[in-house]
Amino acid sequence: MRTFVKVDNLTHSFGEKIVLDDISFQVKQGEIIGLLGPSGAGKTTLVNLLTGQIMPTKGTIIFEALDTGKNLLKESLRTEKKETAWSDFHGDQSDLLQILNPEKKVSFHRKKTVNAGIMMDHFGLYDRLSVWSNLKIFAKLYKVSEQRIDELLEKTELSQAKKTIVGKLSKGMKSRVNFCRALLKKADVLFLDEPTCGLDPATTEKLHKLIAEEKKSGTTIFLTTHNMYEARKLCDHILLLNDGKIVERGVPEEICLKYCLKNQIEVILKNGERHEIPNTMESAKVLAEWMKQENILSIHSKEPNLETVFLYLTGKELDQ
Amino acid sequence: MKHVWIILQKQWQDTWKNKAVLIQFIMFPILAAIMKNSIQMDGMPVNFFVNLFASMYVGMAPLISTSSIISEEKEKNTLRVLIMADVTPKEYLLGIGSYVFCACMFGTAVFCCLLNDVTTSKRILFFFIMAAGIIVSVLLGAAVGVGSKNQTEAVSVSVPVMMIFSFLPMLSMFNDVIAKIAKFTYSEQVRILVEALGDGKIHTVGAAVIAGNMLVFAGLFWILYRKKGLA
Ligand SMILES: Nc1ncnc2c1ncn2[C@@H]1O[C@H](COP(=O)(O)OP(=O)(O)OP(=O)(O)O)[C@@H](O)[C@H]1O
Ligand SMILES: [Mg+2]
Repeated sequence: MRTFVKVDNLTHSFGEKIVLDDISFQVKQGEIIGLLGPSGAGKTTLVNLLTGQIMPTKGTIIFEALDTGKNLLKESLRTEKKETAWSDFHGDQSDLLQILNPEKKVSFHRKKTVNAGIMMDHFGLYDRLSVWSNLKIFAKLYKVSEQRIDELLEKTELSQAKKTIVGKLSKGMKSRVNFCRALLKKADVLFLDEPTCGLDPATTEKLHKLIAEEKKSGTTIFLTTHNMYEARKLCDHILLLNDGKIVERGVPEEICLKYCLKNQIEVILKNGERHEIPNTMESAKVLAEWMKQENILSIHSKEPNLETVFLYLTGKELDQ
Repeated sequence: MKHVWIILQKQWQDTWKNKAVLIQFIMFPILAAIMKNSIQMDGMPVNFFVNLFASMYVGMAPLISTSSIISEEKEKNTLRVLIMADVTPKEYLLGIGSYVFCACMFGTAVFCCLLNDVTTSKRILFFFIMAAGIIVSVLLGAAVGVGSKNQTEAVSVSVPVMMIFSFLPMLSMFNDVIAKIAKFTYSEQVRILVEALGDGKIHTVGAAVIAGNMLVFAGLFWILYRKKGLA
């Protein structure tokens, strides 16, 4: 798989406050990359940078070619003086890297390059218009048929609310309208900032299906989430951010294994006692004894999970 | 161009639900109709109320509605979403500007219907004078909208500005000092030009003041736009 986006030494600060601190990573085309991290870690800021809504203080973001093998068409260059110069750029990456001379501290940033579907954490919906009218505006902008709107409304269980004024929707419904808008056009990359935040499990499942469908069709997806189950289920790779730094990255399963080496079994007895015993031969005797007495209420294997890793790495350690 | 049209349509849909903006477009035409039909005094010039309210309309409706639309879209992040959907700032501003212009020209049509004893050619001239005034006002409104972060900020600027341009034409009728200052504003010149519709003279001062105002506000808009953008 080819690289889709390459981020190097990306730094962003709001005034004095450094929100993203020299982060670098690459994303392969067609994968789902999970952006995880506690509130305020800089996830949304990273998405804003990737989508070109804000300019990085330093660093580069390079979207590799999609079809043509050529690099981006439009770039903006920003010098230290904060001057922005827009220029057309046709060339391959080697040309580009020459422009990004680190000594001169010239940062580079994409403008309108990739065809992206974006769902931000703010809704940005027209409150006085209906769900349908809201989506219709964007269908027209994207030159997408009305059929596509219906299809998405159906799949996100919003068909009933089609004519409802957006201002009167619940938060979860607004979020789904926002989700539909991001999926309206066939994009090369999707940015989903907490798409399932505040949704019930059944609807969440539906959105997961849609996200998986998009992935199947070859779309690269950035998924911001606080839901570790979601991250593990959907993401090919995750980036775990904390205080503007990437503290861990990789395949969810592998990360779990790396940190959760304690291989234990949790046994709860009928009298309410809770025991954690090692998952080894020595424990067999104890277990057999409890079983003989018909004393066991439940047995759990203490599998490593993302949640524990998350809490461990972000300094909010569990006491176990 | 297609994008401009989409923005215009979107705004049109919103009109009927956005009472704050809708009232701007219809208040003065309705007031003029009511006053004209209910108050008749001896020695009152023909079309007194229509002329007065038309110039107040020019100073108020386009300014308040343009600034309120733009600042609301900024505040609610809908503008950002549009820009990310490849609508360029120019297309957006053109869409909103032409929408407000068209809506205000409907109001102008109402005023035009209320005019008494005026020939067709003068009615056409009336449209042109109003159109020029509305364009100046839209530019000023866009400058306020672009210059402010949110609706509250926009209102706190647009209301005093509107007071000046909308009420000067009325106050100048009662006070000579105010009249001298008011001369330099486009709305007062719109009133003077509209009042003089019948005299057949060429009013270079009026045209110059309106053109001058247009340049100043276009410049102001440009500076604010360069400085703040639409982000
Ligand atoms: N426009 C801004 N001006 C100043 N500071 C900002 C701005 N936007 C974000 N920040 C700060 O940057 C930090 C990172 O914010 P960001 O929104 O990226 O976090 P996040 O990881 O998305 O959090 P959450 O999970 O709550 O959405 C926060 O401390 C926030 O206060
Ligand atoms: Mg966020």
